[in-house]
Parts: sequence; C-alpha cells; structure tokens
Amino acid sequence: MISARKIATSAAEINVLVGGSGPDLLFLHSAGGITATNPFLLALASKYRVFAPQLPGYGDSGDGDNVRDMLDVTLHSFDVLDALGLDRPIVVGHSLGGMIAAEMAALRPKEVTKLCLIAAAGLWLDDYPVPDIFTLLPREFPAYMFHDAEAGAKMMATGGNMNDPAFLIPFLVTNARQLGMAGKFLFPIPERGLKERIHRITAKTVLVWGDSDRIFPAPYAQAFKGLIKGAELVSVPDAGHQVVLEKTDAVMAAIGRLG
Amino acid sequence: MKFTWFNLMPWPYLPDDFREKNRSVWVDIDQDLFDPEKCHQVYNDYLDLLEYADQLGYDGVGINEHHQNGYGLMPSPNIMAAALARRTSNAAVVVLGNSIALYNPPIRVAEEFAMLDIMTGGRFVAGFPVGTSMDTNFCYGTIPALTREKYAEAHELIIRAWTEKKPFAFNGRYTKLRHVNIWPNVLQSPHPPIHIPGGGSLETYDFCIDNTYSYSYLSFSGYLRAKALMDGYWARVAERGADMSPYRAGFAQTVFVAETDEEAERLYSEHAFYFYNRCLHVYPGFADAPGYRTIKTIQSGNLNQYMRPNYPTLTWKDLVDGGYIIAGSPETVRQRFEELIKGLHVGNIFLLLHVGNMPKDLCKYSTKLFAEKVMPLLQDMWREFDSDGRFWCKPLARRATPAPVGRPEMVPAK
Repeated sequence: MISARKIATSAAEINVLVGGSGPDLLFLHSAGGITATNPFLLALASKYRVFAPQLPGYGDSGDGDNVRDMLDVTLHSFDVLDALGLDRPIVVGHSLGGMIAAEMAALRPKEVTKLCLIAAAGLWLDDYPVPDIFTLLPREFPAYMFHDAEAGAKMMATGGNMNDPAFLIPFLVTNARQLGMAGKFLFPIPERGLKERIHRITAKTVLVWGDSDRIFPAPYAQAFKGLIKGAELVSVPDAGHQVVLEKTDAVMAAIGRLG
Repeated sequence: MKFTWFNLMPWPYLPDDFREKNRSVWVDIDQDLFDPEKCHQVYNDYLDLLEYADQLGYDGVGINEHHQNGYGLMPSPNIMAAALARRTSNAAVVVLGNSIALYNPPIRVAEEFAMLDIMTGGRFVAGFPVGTSMDTNFCYGTIPALTREKYAEAHELIIRAWTEKKPFAFNGRYTKLRHVNIWPNVLQSPHPPIHIPGGGSLETYDFCIDNTYSYSYLSFSGYLRAKALMDGYWARVAERGADMSPYRAGFAQTVFVAETDEEAERLYSEHAFYFYNRCLHVYPGFADAPGYRTIKTIQSGNLNQYMRPNYPTLTWKDLVDGGYIIAGSPETVRQRFEELIKGLHVGNIFLLLHVGNMPKDLCKYSTKLFAEKVMPLLQDMWREFDSDGRFWCKPLARRATPAPVGRPEMVPAK
C-alpha cells in the first residue's frame, strides 16, 4: 500500500513514502522518523494521496550534510514539493515536522494554504521548559511520548538486545544520523525564531494536541493558536505527544476539517 | 620521556551517598554541594601541588577544561595557567586544553595562548580538544552534528592567526572577522606544540598525523584497556607512512606511590574509590549527544562509554590488576610504567598523581616518591627519539625571574 520513491534535491537523495488516493497531502515526520508500516501513515493513505519524505539523515534518505539550519531544511522541503510536482497539497507536520511545516507556511504563504500542525515544535515558553529529549535514555522515552506509557513502551520496543554489539551498533548509527540531523533544529532549545515569522501564515490552520503532551504541554497549543490568525485547536483527551499513534482517528478527523 | 604532573582539580567534598542521591557529577550537579569558601582553599592547594611538581623536576604541569563538573573545577584552565606562569620556573605549562569550538570568536584562544606562551617564556604546550559531549553540547549548547565542523574552522583560524604575519580576512561559516591580526602573537615558532586529547575518533587520528600534533588519550580506565585504541592509532600512523616517534602519543594514568604495595593500598584506596565511584558518576544520557560522534567512529565499535565497567563493584585489587590504576612501591610502579610506555608506545605521560579527595600532604608524598624513585629510572626510555622536538615546547634560554613575594623592595633614591 505504501511504496518508496527516490527523488533528488540539492541537499540529498530523498526517500519518499507514497501511498493512497484522494487529495494530495504532504506529511512531515517527527524527530523519531517514519517507516512504511507506521499506522498513522497508513491511516492518512486511506483518505489522501500521501507523500511522506524522510528528512536527510533519516531512513533511506542521504545524509544531507549541507542542511545545517532552519532555512536550509525549509527550502529543502519546498524542493521536495517541486520534485514531486505537488501544487499546494495539504501540509501536515508532527512535532519537528510541524515546526518545518509552520516555517514553510510562514515563508511562502501562497504555497501553503491548508496546514495541520500536530504537537508542533518551534516555540519556547520560559514557564514551560521543554524536556531535553537529547538526554533521554531509550527506556525513558515512553513516559514522555505517550499518555499511556506502558502501551507506548510496547509500540516503541526495539526488539533488540542493547548489550549485543550486532544490534547496538546499527541502532546507534541510526540514532546518530536521525537525531544528529534533528539536533540542527531542536538542540539545545527547540526554537529557531519561528515566533518572528509566524504572523505571515495565512493558511487555513488546524492545530492538534494531545491533552497530556509532556514534550510540548497544552500552553504551547494555546501559544500557536494565539499566533496564527484563525487557527482552530483540536485538543485530544487521553493522548500524549504521540497523539498520532494513540488517537489516530481523532487526528484524522481534525485534518478532515481542512476540507 | 616527558612526564607531566596533571591535575583535574576535583571537588573533594562530594558526600558519601553522592551516587545514591544524585544522577550526575556533570552538567546538572547540585549547586548545594558547592561551597565557594572551601573552593578558595581547594584552588590554592591544587596550585601549590602543581608548583611543587615543578620544584621536583617534572617536565610539565598539566591542566584542562571542564564545565559544570564535580571532578574538574576549571571552566577556564587559562586562568590557572596564568597563575602557574608566574610561580613555576622550569616545567612546561601544558594546557590540555581549550575546547576551541566553544569560544566565540575562537580567536580568543589564539590570543590567550599567545599571552601564556610569552608569559612562560615559551614553556607552553597547547591542547585543542573537541571537548566531551557533556561540556561541548550539554553545557555549552553547541549543536552536536555541527561540533566537528565548527572545531575544524576554529582550528584553521587559530593556526592562521599564529602563523600569517600580516592582517587577513577570515570568512568562516561560524566566524567572520574582517581584520585578523592578533597582537601580541606567539613566542614559539611557528607556534606552541599542540596536543589533541582524543577518545578513539578515527578522524582525530588523521587530524594529528596530518598536522604533526601529539595524540593524547586521556582515559581513566588505565593502560590495559587503552591497548586496543592505541594500537589502532599506531596502525593508522604506519598506514599513513608517518614516523613512529613515541612523542606522537600521550597517555594519562592514575598512579599512587608508597614505600610498599601494602602501604599504597592503606594510604590511597579511599581516594581511588572516591574518584572512580563518585567523580565518574555521569548520567549516561549526557555521555554522547546524538550526532556528536561520527558514524565512522560508531561503526568502528568504539562503544567504551556504553560498556564501561561498573566502578562501584571494583575492589582495590580489581583496580590494580585491571590496570585502571598503577599503585604500589616505587619498584612496582616502575615496572608497570615500563609496560605501559612500551606497550602503548608513548613518550608523553600525564600523571594523575592527585586523585579524587586526596589531601595535599599525602599527594606530596606520592608525588615526591615518583619524582625521586620512579621517574629517574624511566626518563631514559626512548633515548633514540631525544632529538624529536616537534611535540614539546622550546623555552627561551634566558627567562625573566618574577620578583620574590614579600615586603615591597626599597627603591634607592637617585
């Protein structure tokens, strides 16, 4: 159902996961990355023709050493749209992907007209410091990512033995490539000046937030709502930062509001 | 051989239950454990010890840079080096070193090192670590995946500032300077020797070989565990067709000397345990920010910080037998060092003779025994490489003598 397609931008060869039929939708993944079996991606493909490019450093995409900052990755994302021949798709971004989607919409408001930001990064509130995800050990992630940490732990389980170098080394390589790239936009504080540009967004915008998001807690949803003209906020009960996995139907319904 | 008496400057007042009550000695260490009045005495004791090492004839006195760290009280080693410049006479002042990716602009390092080179009369050895992930990423906020690129650019700027004898413009990605023209500039020509502390990054091997810098492995786990890493370095040196001077490499070793092996255990074991159990208690989440180490290095299987031993379970015998520490009578210590020096093929030794919460007098005892009963028997190793001056400082033959401390001199009237 989901297939992979390679395109090239000036940054890297990019692996794009493609599937489904319906209106065009660009999905920008979180710092955790995305694979073809991701349940949320499959849900998107049930209603849309979905394109989910893997960021440089992620999955089967190239390294993208020349992508260093927010402008680089935002322009790269437009290059991806161009290479795919997409014209004003619905743009949906989760967490880091939401930060990039918001930047795209602020940079070229005429080209991003329907926007869904899910538990997006990109703002910083002194009263609600974002946890430092770069210091978390694998076993600590579920409690931060999920409303139901126990169920989340099962979803995130790597299935490998961390004491076995044959498993550990490829695991660490993947981690270093992915989070190394994500760190260019999120480390040490996941804020790169979006608040100075966010007023330029004119897209019809839906914000989706899990009520118990421990990475970007509820005040971040309010902050985005206050900064994007006419944005609608859909708060999802009993869901954490991984609201896309915990309450997939609610997120799909929220995206549906973009028409 | 070059023996440098090295002090990490650990905080000696970490409580007995430090491990149980704290997650890390580094980055987010508890402010309540610090006491500036006590630190006043600690700093002065440590400087006394470094000066004592100079008086005993050690080739160098060494210091380094750490941030927010309970075993390293030197965010700025250059300040300590300035103090040592005036109160030491013969030893090289080895600053190992400044994490050059952290200085903004990094020209500051070129300037301060030039000042130290001049103040010491050329008794100065420079070090340029990439810095640990704890210091560089988590304390100083450098983006992990860009750390090495930033380091490389800072290095280029500093070397050019030292060697190009006219103003130039530097258009870097991270630093843009229209007029680079440091003044004063370095005394040693073309610049002070440079040592690079490394922890097994393959890129660092090549960087040292390409630039004729000495590779220093500042490990706390001892010479037996260092063998594979240093063998890898020397294999790379050979592969690149460089000469095999042992001064291309340095190694840090924890060491305790007493009259007998039994006395060493009796006098020093509590201080060794303090260091290995409390000072090295670092939260694993701070050890290695993703992107800090290169993919090549991870693929080489150098996973030491993930597979580190569980120090609290190690006994004195484990520490000695495992080579984490070298401890015992002068003869025992001499034998072990001979093994170390030959086994790792190193010409520069950084001696961790002050360890953990060791009191000053006890440290002096160990330091003096090493200087008088061990060092003379090892100093002639690598005689055949004596003429290799590339990795050590070249002091002025006639250097200024600081005025003695005391009452103001009477100045005769004209």
